[in-house]
Amino acid sequence: MDEKLAFLTICGMGVVTYLPRLLPMLLLSNRSLSPWITRWLNFVPATVLAALLAPGLLCQDGTLSLNLDNSFLLAAIPTFFVAWRFKSFFGTVAAGMGLMALGRYFF
Amino acid sequence: MKKLIDLLPKGKNTQFWNGVRQALPIVLGYIPVGFAYGVLAQKNGLGMFNAVAMSVIVFAGSSQLIGAGLFGAAVSPFTLIFTTFVVNLRHLLMSAALAPKLKGWKKWQIALFGYELTDETFALHTMRMARRAPPKIETFAVNITAQSSWVVGSLLGYLAGGQLTDIRPIGLDFALPAMFIALLVPQIVKPVYLMMALLAAGLSVTLYLLGFSQSHVIVATMVAATIGVGVEQWMKNSPS
Repeated sequence: MDEKLAFLTICGMGVVTYLPRLLPMLLLSNRSLSPWITRWLNFVPATVLAALLAPGLLCQDGTLSLNLDNSFLLAAIPTFFVAWRFKSFFGTVAAGMGLMALGRYFF
Repeated sequence: MKKLIDLLPKGKNTQFWNGVRQALPIVLGYIPVGFAYGVLAQKNGLGMFNAVAMSVIVFAGSSQLIGAGLFGAAVSPFTLIFTTFVVNLRHLLMSAALAPKLKGWKKWQIALFGYELTDETFALHTMRMARRAPPKIETFAVNITAQSSWVVGSLLGYLAGGQLTDIRPIGLDFALPAMFIALLVPQIVKPVYLMMALLAAGLSVTLYLLGFSQSHVIVATMVAATIGVGVEQWMKNSPS
């Protein structure tokens, strides 16, 4: 694909990414939602983040990988602990990456 | 960190720098993940202008990583755009979830804010806006800082792409999971949220393994949120 067509394709990717980001907040922000909808939406942060995270930790190469060879799963355990215990975003991201680097260095 | 903030001028400037500071954990994750994207884009033959343009125009991590791979595989523009659409459709839910917090915002402000809504900025704003309405300057500073770091990371990765063969030894590939963990844990404020997060995780993995590797996140989220509302109602009604 030449660079010009690639750029136009990227613009198209931008449009289809932007609309789902924009439309719900544009249409719903000044409207009062039913308590049911609000309750449903309150579940979104925890469930969407869990759904995004889980396959990366539990699967390798398209198959379930619940063993000691799965470095992501091993590094995730102390990372979860740091997040829960110290409640620091920055500390958690730094600890996670640091643990992964250390783990690779030593094993 | 406290001292650094004290040195800065007060007023709107302070609000701006507060936003920058709040975005730092995202920066720590975005530089390496953006870097990984940049390396991938370079290796898949995208030009530097287009590789960086994607980070400015699309600004969505997982879809850009997939997109870079698809450019390399020389698929049609339609396939690229459609795949991006499906992968990023989950933002519909996040956008709707933040909508009640944007009461009274002007349309152009929402248009700007929505442009930089990612998994990570969404999670951060959810927490920032949970109890109070933070200053808009602070909110935009969070977004601008996050996207700038993403663009810078992409560019650095692209420039390093020629020299690098593997980014794994320095733990960079764990930046994204680490960021999700950091953002997920503080969202678990009630036992029922923990239950539904576990359910969403299980569903997402199952769908992913069954081959629904583009729609697994949005389907798992919608099913778990729906069951969550039911469970919450049931717990309320049943005497405990």
